[in-house]
Amino acid sequence: MNRTVLDLWVGFFVAIGIAAVLFLALKVGNLSSAHLSETYVLQAKFDNIGGLKVRGPVKSAGVVVGRIVDIKFDPASYEAVVTMNIDGRYQFPKDTFAAIYTAGLLGEQFVGFDVGGDEKMLKPGETIAKTQSAVVLEKLISQFLFSKAADGQEKK
Amino acid sequence: MFNPAALLRSLGHAVVERIWRLGFAARFMAAVIFYSGASFRRLGLTLREVYVSGVLSLLIILVSGLFVGMVLGLQGYETLQRFGSTEALGIMVALSLTRELGPVVAGLLFASRAGSSVTAEIGLMKATEQLKAMNMMAVNPIARVVAPRFWGGVISMPLLAALFSSMGVLGGWLVGVVFIGVDDGAFWSQMQAGVDFRYDIVNGIIKSFVFGIAVSLIAVFEGYDSVPTAEGVSRAITRTVVTSALTILALDFVLTSFMFRGTS
Repeated sequence: MNRTVLDLWVGFFVAIGIAAVLFLALKVGNLSSAHLSETYVLQAKFDNIGGLKVRGPVKSAGVVVGRIVDIKFDPASYEAVVTMNIDGRYQFPKDTFAAIYTAGLLGEQFVGFDVGGDEKMLKPGETIAKTQSAVVLEKLISQFLFSKAADGQEKK
Repeated sequence: MFNPAALLRSLGHAVVERIWRLGFAARFMAAVIFYSGASFRRLGLTLREVYVSGVLSLLIILVSGLFVGMVLGLQGYETLQRFGSTEALGIMVALSLTRELGPVVAGLLFASRAGSSVTAEIGLMKATEQLKAMNMMAVNPIARVVAPRFWGGVISMPLLAALFSSMGVLGGWLVGVVFIGVDDGAFWSQMQAGVDFRYDIVNGIIKSFVFGIAVSLIAVFEGYDSVPTAEGVSRAITRTVVTSALTILALDFVLTSFMFRGTS
């Protein structure tokens, strides 16, 4: 086979191979959305994070505004410190409330921001003061049972 | 007549033979890598092999990828609709292709399409004493014949696996979205939310790269080691396909257990 024709075919092969990798990375995978253009860091401390995972989403009003980058245990206060990368386009007030929600009944857990009314905005690196831990199903059930039992005693 | 000594001897002979072959294969691999300088200095040699084992495998890889994806789309839809979560079709098709089916099935096809032809070529060269003739002319047959074919396979295989996965995703999309009517936006967005580039796609590419090395090495080794007769070459080709398939499946299990442990 002629060398130029050979080169052409091999070039074509390598080009569509690389195109396939790019297709997988950008269209199938999350490489395009993984890089939020400019981000800043916020922290929040929770008593209990439940099943929250690194790389999980941070949502406000249901829209993904950031990602969880790190979860650590603070040995001084016995709390979980969650570090989040927030999209630089969005600013949140000082009294924003960070809570851990579950998507659906069995879905993944995420951090939800309920925005407050403060004039001042949270600066990069700051810690969100008001947080609500993940709902632990066992605690909820036991609370429900205890309150039922208490109701029953009052009626007697 | 029962002769325990002869039985033991034949057992020992078989074991020694296998170990010797394994050692020979290891020395052969070292030699291929040691003499592969020429296949990059004279790039034309390697390019020709990329053409033979890569470009000529395109058709079978693309068509099988499309059909595997279409079958995944049909079967996935059939199962997922029982749970009312047909939007998860995209992530199911994409994850099964990029993690497992892409590298493994492309590797199996590559072994039977390209590996067997490499074995046949080298085996026939040996049978017709072309390799000896090269040695006589002070041309190292490993550097001139074996190494370019090895590297041609190693370069082609990851690209073919990526093409297989891409075609499979398109096939799943074709069946799921175009024929059955799963929501287009949910198909892609669930896929993009669930497929991680580093965790799923890069691990799949690493798998296909390892399979490429294994299949190419088995193919050139079986060809080089074949008995130089018509029957010996045909047996070597059979061994290439069988050994490659078993090696791919076994390696896949080992790699998967290292890569995807269900943590994270």
